[in-house]
Amino acid sequence: MKIFYILLYFVAALLSFSIYGMLAMWVDRKVTARIHFRVGPPWYQNFVDFIKLTGKEVLIPEKANVLMFVSAPVLGVIAAAVAGTTILLVLQNNISFAADAILVIYLLTIPSLAVILGGSASGNVLASVGISREMKLLLGYELPFVCALIIAAVKSGSTTSLGEIIQFQQQNGKLIGSLSGVIGFGLGVLALQGKIGFVPFDLAEAEGELAGGSFIEYSGILLGLYKLTKAILLVVGPLFLISLYMGGINFSSVAGVIAGLLKYFVILVIFILIKNTNPRLRIDQALKLFWGWLTLFGIIGILLALAGW
Amino acid sequence: MNLKTKALKKSLWVYHMSGGSCNNCDIEILDCLTPKFDLERFGIVLVGSPRHADVLLCTGIVNKKCVERVKEVYEQTAKPCVVVAIGACACSGGMFRDSYEMGGPLNKIIPVDIYIPGCPPKPEAMIAGIVKVLEKLK
Repeated sequence: MKIFYILLYFVAALLSFSIYGMLAMWVDRKVTARIHFRVGPPWYQNFVDFIKLTGKEVLIPEKANVLMFVSAPVLGVIAAAVAGTTILLVLQNNISFAADAILVIYLLTIPSLAVILGGSASGNVLASVGISREMKLLLGYELPFVCALIIAAVKSGSTTSLGEIIQFQQQNGKLIGSLSGVIGFGLGVLALQGKIGFVPFDLAEAEGELAGGSFIEYSGILLGLYKLTKAILLVVGPLFLISLYMGGINFSSVAGVIAGLLKYFVILVIFILIKNTNPRLRIDQALKLFWGWLTLFGIIGILLALAGW
Repeated sequence: MNLKTKALKKSLWVYHMSGGSCNNCDIEILDCLTPKFDLERFGIVLVGSPRHADVLLCTGIVNKKCVERVKEVYEQTAKPCVVVAIGACACSGGMFRDSYEMGGPLNKIIPVDIYIPGCPPKPEAMIAGIVKVLEKLK
C-alpha cells in the first residue's frame, strides 16, 4: 500500500514538474523574444509543441540499437523526475536521509548520460560529435557543481543531508548571505546552465553546425521526451539550488509558496540573462572555464567556508 | 479536426533544403525568420535536422546531383509533413527550365503541397503561403 502512495506521489510530481517546466521554458522564450524586440510565442506554445510531437511518426534509423535508442529518453525523464521528487519530499514532507544531496547530484547526472546513450545508439556521425562534446561538458561542469555542494555542506556544519542543510538555514539565516555562499551559488548557476544546455554551453546540440547534435536522429514522441527532460531539469535544478543556498521553500503557508516562486524566478531570470548575453563557447573554452576559473573559485569558496566566512 | 492536427498547425518546425538554388531564395527565407517578421509568435521555428521538421522549404531547380538527396531528405522527414516549393525555380524551373542540369522541377520528385512563386518571393509572400498551408491541413 505504501509503495502505491509513493508511486502516486511520484506521478503527481512528474506531472507538476512537466507543467511548471514547460511554463518556465515559455518564460525563457518570451523574455528572449522581448530582448530581440519581438513579440514571442503564446504561453501554451511548449504544450502545443509536445502534443504535436506525440502525433508525429517515430523514425528509427537502420543502424540504431533499437532498445537503447528508445529507452534512453525515457530514462532521462524518469531520472530527472526522481531527483526532483527527492528534493520535494524533503521540502514538503520533511523526509530526509543521511546523504540525499549526493543522491540528487548522481540522479542529475543521468539525464546527460541518457543524451549520450541515445546519441551513440543512433549511429549517426554528427550525433557522435555531439555526444563527445556532451561527455566533455559533463566531466567539466560536475566539478564546480560538486564544489557548490561541498561549500553548502561545510557551511551548514559538515552535513550532506538536504533536510539538515535547510534546517541550519532556518536557524542561522540563508547561506547566500555569506561570501562563500555567493561563490557557491554562482558556481551552481553556471554548472546548471551547462546541465540544462542553455546557450553558452549548448554546444552538444548546436543547431547550425551539428544539425541538432545528439538529437539529430530523434523524431516524434522520443524527441518530445528529451524536450520534457530539459523542461523538468529547468525546475529541478533551481529547486536544488534554492534548497542548498536560499533556505528551501516552505509549502505549509501561502506566503511561503509565493516566496519560493519568487526565489525560483530570480534564478530563472539569471539563467535567461546569461543565455541572452553570451555567445556559444567552444568545447576547449568551456572546459578551461569549468576546470580552470570556476574550480579555482570553488576551492577558494571551500577555504572561505572552512574559515567561517 | 483532432487535437494533434490542431497542435501541428500551431507549431510548424521548418527545415530548409536547397536543391541547387542561386541562394537568393535562401536569403529571403532567412529574412523571413529574422526578428522583424518574428515567425516564432506563430510557433514557427527553424530546426537543424529533417527528423524534427514538419515543413520542408525547398528552393532551387533540383539539379541532377540533388535529385537523390532531395528524395532522401523527404523520406527521412517524420510524417505528417508539408512540402513547400519556394521561388520560380522550384515551382517550374524558371529561367533554367531548358538547362542540361535540370532534374526537377520539385513536383516531379516529391509531392509538393504549396507553391510560392517569385524570384525571389518576398517574406510577406512566404507568410501568406504558410497561412494557406495551415488552411490546407486537415
